[in-house]
Amino acid sequence: MLALLADSTIRTVALGAALLGISSGVLGCFAVLRRQSLLGDTLAHAALPGVCLGFLIAGSRDLGSIMLGALATGAAAALAVLLLTRTSRLKTDAALGIALSLFFALGVVLLTFIQGRGNSAQGGLDSFLFGQAAAMLRSDLWIMGAITAAALALVAIFWKEFKLASFDPGFAASLGLPVLALEAAMTAMVALAVVVGLQMVGVVLMTAMIIAPATAARQWTRSLGAMVVLSALFGTLAGVTGAVISAASRGLSTGPLIVLAISAIVFLSLLAAPGRGLAWAALRHWRNRRNLESQQVLATLYRMAAEHGDRRHPVELGTLDTFHGTPTRRALSRLERQGLVRPVRHEPERTPHWELTPQGLAQARRLLTDTGGDRDGEEMS
Amino acid sequence: MIQAFFANTTFMIVLTGMLVGCASALVGTFLVLRGNSMLSDSISHSIILGIVTVWLVTGAQAGPLQIAGAALTGVLTVFLTELLSGTRRVKHDAAIGLVFPALFSVGVLLLNLYARDIHIDQHTVLLGEIGFVWLDTLVLMGVEIPRAVLWMTVMTVLNLLFVTLFFKELKITTFDPALAAALGFAPTVLFYALLFLTSATAVAAFDAVGAVLFIAFVIVPPSAAYLLTDRLWVMLVLGVLIAIASSIGGYAAAVMLDVSIGGMMAMVTGLFLMLAYLFGPRYGIIARSHRRRQERETNALRTVAIHLYSHEGTPGQQAENVALALETHLGWPALRAREVLAQGITRDLIARQGDLLVLTPKGRATARAILEPWRNAAAGPDG
Repeated sequence: MLALLADSTIRTVALGAALLGISSGVLGCFAVLRRQSLLGDTLAHAALPGVCLGFLIAGSRDLGSIMLGALATGAAAALAVLLLTRTSRLKTDAALGIALSLFFALGVVLLTFIQGRGNSAQGGLDSFLFGQAAAMLRSDLWIMGAITAAALALVAIFWKEFKLASFDPGFAASLGLPVLALEAAMTAMVALAVVVGLQMVGVVLMTAMIIAPATAARQWTRSLGAMVVLSALFGTLAGVTGAVISAASRGLSTGPLIVLAISAIVFLSLLAAPGRGLAWAALRHWRNRRNLESQQVLATLYRMAAEHGDRRHPVELGTLDTFHGTPTRRALSRLERQGLVRPVRHEPERTPHWELTPQGLAQARRLLTDTGGDRDGEEMS
Repeated sequence: MIQAFFANTTFMIVLTGMLVGCASALVGTFLVLRGNSMLSDSISHSIILGIVTVWLVTGAQAGPLQIAGAALTGVLTVFLTELLSGTRRVKHDAAIGLVFPALFSVGVLLLNLYARDIHIDQHTVLLGEIGFVWLDTLVLMGVEIPRAVLWMTVMTVLNLLFVTLFFKELKITTFDPALAAALGFAPTVLFYALLFLTSATAVAAFDAVGAVLFIAFVIVPPSAAYLLTDRLWVMLVLGVLIAIASSIGGYAAAVMLDVSIGGMMAMVTGLFLMLAYLFGPRYGIIARSHRRRQERETNALRTVAIHLYSHEGTPGQQAENVALALETHLGWPALRAREVLAQGITRDLIARQGDLLVLTPKGRATARAILEPWRNAAAGPDG
């Protein structure tokens, strides 16, 4: 890894990937929290005609004009979505799909138009579809860095406003904040993130870079500040990993590698993050079930004892199994380890029997009174 | 004769476009109505993994095995998406945007790795090559038919059968899933059947239009049709007609400009959408703004009628029921007041008596209908 980083191309690529991770990680948070995840998808696809227009206007593969073009068509697509949802009966999903596919179609048409003109420099345009880290120039870093810095500055300056408008737009409006302008700004930020990532990830997979880091970060924290920082961290990690592998291997597209890296991070976060992690939830669920099982068996022993007026009434294992409709042997062993029950012999029967220990009796009584009491529980004092 | 028909490249390209459009619009109608349009996006991307996997495992590049096998990835995508959003850790739209990029990425990387052996490159993945569908043919009953035409025909027929046979069920599960479930129509099964057909259509259409343009064919014609009608079957028919027209128009435009045929076909569907959006008879914005303007005019006339009626025969009549009062009391700009007044006179609601404005019987009836509706109900007009 370190040896790889010594290579100047790889260093450029890694730096670019880090910029991509930071910008899409930070800016994606707001998109995900505002439930506009798929807007990123539309804006990313809509960048393609912008790439082509930028190329056509500049006449070369100049990243600055390509990014400007992508920003412009992204904004146009966002506007189209807004127009369709506000002024027609089409719902958001249809509007997003329409803008996505039609802008992309326009991009395809422009791409073939450029190819038709036989411009020798057009070869590089294809790399904007899936991303090609190796095609990155050192000068591109400055542009990407400038946009990232501008976007981060925007977030830092309007932090409070963005936060409020994301979580409670109604309240924000009642405080006199220009919610519409803030929402427009947050949408524009998604477009910015797309633009920064274009060369790395490509227009098709950029959507994952908007959504995934933020989703992963959300798993680990409840605070927006921590989420934004973590998201940037995850984005950077995935970006650098994917980009370096791609640049070193030559032939593997950068976008898919980065996306797979961030997908793995999302998967792990969903599974293992403390609190919200699915694995922990499953464990909690399993424990609760086990506890409930033990408690039920304990309560049964207690009730049997109460019924017979004998604190140490031995109950046959088979009776317990039949009563609960499931084997109770494991629950009894657990209770035995806690010192709440103990196995006893009940001559002349040969089958295993169980009785409550004094602690078990107290525990069962506590349990039954805690859970709203039990008529039988009153009788044994 | 038949051979000549299938050997005509222009015709074959347009026909392929038409078939892709028809088959997509049929299933797309229900996706749009259900609010699941973006699932077509996720399906069309992730079938690439299916296509590559099926090819690697069985070597099939076309045919029923390839279509059904690859279509399973599409269904799997939706299943995984539902599973992910079912954990409630992720919103549904974010789940869509997490699952398909991952599957798509695996597909593209496999393409990268086996690029030398496979029939598709990553360029085709996104853009398709409808211009070359006539190159890849197979012989069926002694006639050489382009593969894409054959399989798109099959998919169109299948989709058509599905939609016609299950029309009632699709209708009820689309518009009232809860009722459909209560009646025992198994909305989930039907939903997944719909998604399977969408995926299969995407696979069959893949070589022709690629992953992204397919979305245009699924979403745009039904959306345009949705702006034109309220009836489900009309929407289906219109969607199909728009798809067919787009195929023809797109081909002509693409040849004229020498650009991507598939891209141009998709663009033309957008043109139809724009036309429907602007000129739709009921939901078009022109019709809607016209209706709004009419309503505003009617409201203004009713306001004037009430104003005149309430001051009629009162001492203040001389001051209130004159043209100037509309400006000072109703707060209308002079121009608007004049326009409303002219309208009122043309519609025979108001008449001039010197400076005084008086209500005609019709105008009085209008005011009464609003202020004293019980009169009409109890005793009839003027009673």
